[in-house]
Amino acid sequence: MSIFRMQGSFIDNLPKIYGFYTGGFVAFILLMALLERAGLKEDTIGLLFVGFTVVIYAFIGWMSRTMQLDAYYVAGRQVPAVFNGMATAADWMSGASFVAMAGGIYLGGHPYLAFVVGWTGGYVLVAVLMAPYLRKFGCYTVPDFIGTRYGGNLARFCAVVVLVVASFTYVTAQINATGTIASRALLIPFGVAIWIGLGAILICSMLGGMRAVTWTQVAQYIVLIVAYLVPVIWMSNKQGFGLIPQLVYGDAVHRIAELEQLHQVGVLKSAAQSGLASLNVKHNAPPDTFVGHVQFVTLVACMMMGTASLPHILMRYFTTPSVRAARNSVAWSLLFIFLLYFTAPALATFTKLQMLDPNLATSIIGKSVAEVNAHVWVQKWASVGAVKVLDLNNDGIIQVNEFFLNPDIVVLATPEIAGLPYVISGLVAAGGMAAAMSTADGLLLAIANALSHDLYYKMIDPKADVKRRLVVARVLLIFIGAAGSAVASLRLTGILGAVAWAFDFAMSGLFFPLVLGVWWKRANRAGAIAGMVVGLVVGTWYLYMVYNKLMAPWIGIDHLRFGIIGAGASLIAMVVVTLMTPAPDKETQDMVDEIRIPKGDTYLSSTH
Amino acid sequence: MNDTSQKAIHWQRTKNLMIVHLVIWFIFSFVVHWIAPSLNKVSVPIMNFPLGFYMAAQGSLIVFVVQLFAFAKQQDRIDRECGMAEAD
Repeated sequence: MSIFRMQGSFIDNLPKIYGFYTGGFVAFILLMALLERAGLKEDTIGLLFVGFTVVIYAFIGWMSRTMQLDAYYVAGRQVPAVFNGMATAADWMSGASFVAMAGGIYLGGHPYLAFVVGWTGGYVLVAVLMAPYLRKFGCYTVPDFIGTRYGGNLARFCAVVVLVVASFTYVTAQINATGTIASRALLIPFGVAIWIGLGAILICSMLGGMRAVTWTQVAQYIVLIVAYLVPVIWMSNKQGFGLIPQLVYGDAVHRIAELEQLHQVGVLKSAAQSGLASLNVKHNAPPDTFVGHVQFVTLVACMMMGTASLPHILMRYFTTPSVRAARNSVAWSLLFIFLLYFTAPALATFTKLQMLDPNLATSIIGKSVAEVNAHVWVQKWASVGAVKVLDLNNDGIIQVNEFFLNPDIVVLATPEIAGLPYVISGLVAAGGMAAAMSTADGLLLAIANALSHDLYYKMIDPKADVKRRLVVARVLLIFIGAAGSAVASLRLTGILGAVAWAFDFAMSGLFFPLVLGVWWKRANRAGAIAGMVVGLVVGTWYLYMVYNKLMAPWIGIDHLRFGIIGAGASLIAMVVVTLMTPAPDKETQDMVDEIRIPKGDTYLSSTH
Repeated sequence: MNDTSQKAIHWQRTKNLMIVHLVIWFIFSFVVHWIAPSLNKVSVPIMNFPLGFYMAAQGSLIVFVVQLFAFAKQQDRIDRECGMAEAD
């Protein structure tokens, strides 16, 4: 039990500990499978999956409790590159990636793949432009870098504001997702589930800060990746699509194109029915107009620059033992993320094939109403309002524009469509819970740490002792979590809208002040403040105008892509104001020189 | 060679590496997706994917992963050769 306190041996034993954990998880899945055969009820299996995994995370969080500053803020800077990669992957892949991405590709086809490209390529920017330099700098939080590099409380405060706006937008969607999954698995009302979800999230972060979040996120990554890959690979083998679905769906893409002709996909269209959509576009139809191209690349650009500006991601690289490890860790992070992201399009393609191909027993489109309604999974998901079968033209046959679904069920119903045992559905619920919880933890900690370290300690009470700082950090965590849950319980936006906006907010305010802080020695305080304020204000103004339809989007840059406008304004403002004001002093310029070389101590001391 | 000029060489090589990787990144983030309709006329050998679809669903992602492992290695070599690396 003392392994968590004997630091050296704990780090050395990580592969063994998580190997044992993974083995235990697999054994648990097998046990559930046996119990299912023995007649255990489906509801109980779902409850055990979610309940058991959440208790494990809470246990890890409890074991990682700490009263040391550098353990609380940066996990003691001793997380090895590979494990930090797993933690980042869990931090990164939210409920939206896990549940909504495959469904988005199913409904949106090629244009939706902009998310897949954008949410992976952003790590190139993180590795090349930012992470190693911020690690050398030795900051606790992202505003800590802005505040020290540019100097002055105003710059620090602006960075805190951008961080809170971006991360809070994101975290409400994650708390919402934990509430949805917990209410379904534990069979309790959403309004109660959301607070239980918050309690689980807080136990993972409150006692041990970054250290606890790190070790729970590694555990959550293992659960979420197993839960994503096992059903897809099993489905693929069972339906005869091949052993490694990610490599063999090329023929399915061609086959779908033939079937789309047959079923007149893209010709027969209908509007959404009570939030559910029918298939209106072709699978492999890349944009072929100028505006279409612009929309694809601007969405890619927003998601990438947002990745490189989101504080909960950047701060993961503050925890590695060295600058070299930070660089390696970005590569590992992307590899672990890649495993899910290159699977989602395969899942979307095979699900579509199963629905469209009349030669398959699973097919829906072109069958009679009675045949469609005979599918057990259709009945089940229709009863909770996630599927709708409407014979609009009363010909007794379901056309492509008469079958409506909530895109989330592409992932959630995979086990049922392919006729896999219920234990796999329980596994998927545990995976979705892990994805949403790990992201929520990272975001809540990013917000609370910025408020406790940058706002409280650096600006309000610089004389506060360690104990007081850590108490304040925890109290803030609870308040922010409660505020997030209160907003989430109002269910204001769809998950995806809020997630994309978080990226846009972050890039509008932080991308250029961060990048230029490292790469442009001449950048100064006035320029950085102008960049953050103008970026956030212009971006928010554009979002407000376009989202409320007060203004037509410029060349297709709609509300999901407003970061392009915000970051553009931020760059111009930052460069112009910097050049109009004096260069930073020699001390600042020397600081920039120092963070550009890995050798030597961090710029800020380990407990600052 | 003194420390200042060594630092200048290190930063110059670091900048060059940054530019190389951002060019690769730009091509696989934006250029190949802009020309996806033309790429779709080509088929990926053996796997039989339309190339435009493949690049967005898988190809660009593989490039990014490989690129990042290569970048970590290359930058580390620059650091070591310039005497700017951390102790192992």
